[in-house]
Amino acid sequence: MFEKWFPNVDIADLNTAIYETFYMTILSLIGTFIIGIILGLLLYLTSKGKLWENKIVYGIVAAVVNVFRAIPFIILIVLLLPFADFLMGTIRGPSAALPALIIGSAPFYARLVEIALKEVDHGVVEAAKAMGAKHSTIMVKVLLRESIPALVSGLTVTAIALIGSTAVAGVIGAGGLGDFAYFYGFQRRQTDVVILCTVLIIILVFVIQFIGDFISNKLDKR
Amino acid sequence: MITIKNLSKTYRTKKQNITAVDQLNMTIDSGEIFGVIGYSGAGKSTFVRLLNRLEEPTSGEIIIDGKDIVKQKKNELRLARQEIGMIFQHFNLLWSRTVHQNIAFPLEIAGVPKKERKAKVDHLIELVGLKGRENAYPSQLSGGQKQRVGIARALANDPKVLLCDEATSALDPETTDSILDLLVDINKRLGLTIILITHEMNVISKICHRVAVMDTGKVVEEGDAVHVFQNPQQAVTKRFVQQLDGSEKYESLSSAVLNEGTGTIIKLSFSGENVNQTIVSQTAKQCNVDINILQGNVLQTQSGAVGSLFLQLVGSETEVEKALDFIRSANVKAEVQELV
Repeated sequence: MFEKWFPNVDIADLNTAIYETFYMTILSLIGTFIIGIILGLLLYLTSKGKLWENKIVYGIVAAVVNVFRAIPFIILIVLLLPFADFLMGTIRGPSAALPALIIGSAPFYARLVEIALKEVDHGVVEAAKAMGAKHSTIMVKVLLRESIPALVSGLTVTAIALIGSTAVAGVIGAGGLGDFAYFYGFQRRQTDVVILCTVLIIILVFVIQFIGDFISNKLDKR
Repeated sequence: MITIKNLSKTYRTKKQNITAVDQLNMTIDSGEIFGVIGYSGAGKSTFVRLLNRLEEPTSGEIIIDGKDIVKQKKNELRLARQEIGMIFQHFNLLWSRTVHQNIAFPLEIAGVPKKERKAKVDHLIELVGLKGRENAYPSQLSGGQKQRVGIARALANDPKVLLCDEATSALDPETTDSILDLLVDINKRLGLTIILITHEMNVISKICHRVAVMDTGKVVEEGDAVHVFQNPQQAVTKRFVQQLDGSEKYESLSSAVLNEGTGTIIKLSFSGENVNQTIVSQTAKQCNVDINILQGNVLQTQSGAVGSLFLQLVGSETEVEKALDFIRSANVKAEVQELV
């Protein structure tokens, strides 16, 4: 059945491609989450009227975030190749794509984190202050805790954008479903490979969206 | 307990300086329910937020329990705040936490061990009457219940002072009453000093021992709550008192009565035991006047009942004078109302 519909697909190669896509998406999502939370917190806390109000720090962080968001991903990969080489010791394969994937997505997620934190009622922060809470307590137990559903929805959106990016990264030889579709499908004119990869990516996106919505709704007690 | 000296707060903007609180001096005794009333923009909310430095004072001293809050360093202030409870107009609960977890939050902040926390929270839940709702989330509670959680949370670290920033302004009258009853109960049981900010006169009349009236950042009138009601000196205070004794309604009523054309309209003010006198029927018996009751009401306050009554007296001038003398002889304040 499978061979009839997809005569040109080599199962072993396909499995490798799927594995590489998962590898890149999951690892870069973890990196994006950590850096995005840090940058998002910095953006929020240093903005006007917040705990660490500081125009200079806010200006610098905002500028960095905007610059990296402005660079098209395909160009960012190329620009970061020397950095990837230095960091991962290679410029090919899924690991080499990680720095570009993380640096490309973290600023995007940081903005979503900033928006999520802004949605936390200022009165609640004030109440925690009035209770004598430390800034670290306010950050972890009030700001981040209260914005979790929004942080999860933001992460879902970012994860889906990341899958797109991993496919783009395939063009420079990062592996994964994008790479598979491009080299085996497009360049060898094997349309069945392109279609299969597309369907798999669509399924992956749907599953991630479903899981993200489910978790976000479960955690939302508003 | 709390002494405030020359407390000021000025907001500086590019165009102008706005003085929200202007050279405030005040002494609040231990165990007292102290009300601050004023219209919006009077600076009362800024004032209460200065007390735990949610707003930084521009100048002045705030001495709570012998310590000057204004001079305290960041860490000292944090510890001092743990001993000052605060409740808010919009409750400011953490919606991601249950009732139990919300009340436990200040205990977590103060570093109370988990076991003690549980016992303490259970006790507080009972105190504010929320038993059975421990595991509900704030979104599942009514406004009154949310404020009860707010109160329990504010009491968690056994504060000596409770600040109430418009704590009943978002609640309906019935719920307001139940929350006020709870505050009085806590005040009596725990000997807690309560500072309460409001724009509703009935809140002050119902529970406050003493009241300060604020206008444009200054305290314009201060004293025993009942005394201030009965002898309002300032225009602002008079307007607040009118909310209570029905004078507002009286004004519209007076023109209607005037059209009928006859009689003298007087306002009687009662307080304490003379509320219970049968003054109207006695006057009718003693003097040759006809009495028409226009309107009246009686308020329960912390120091007894206070009442006011508007009467129309119809009779000859001498008989009306006689009636007034008779009423005054019974220790009831009687004022002839000028018809508008």
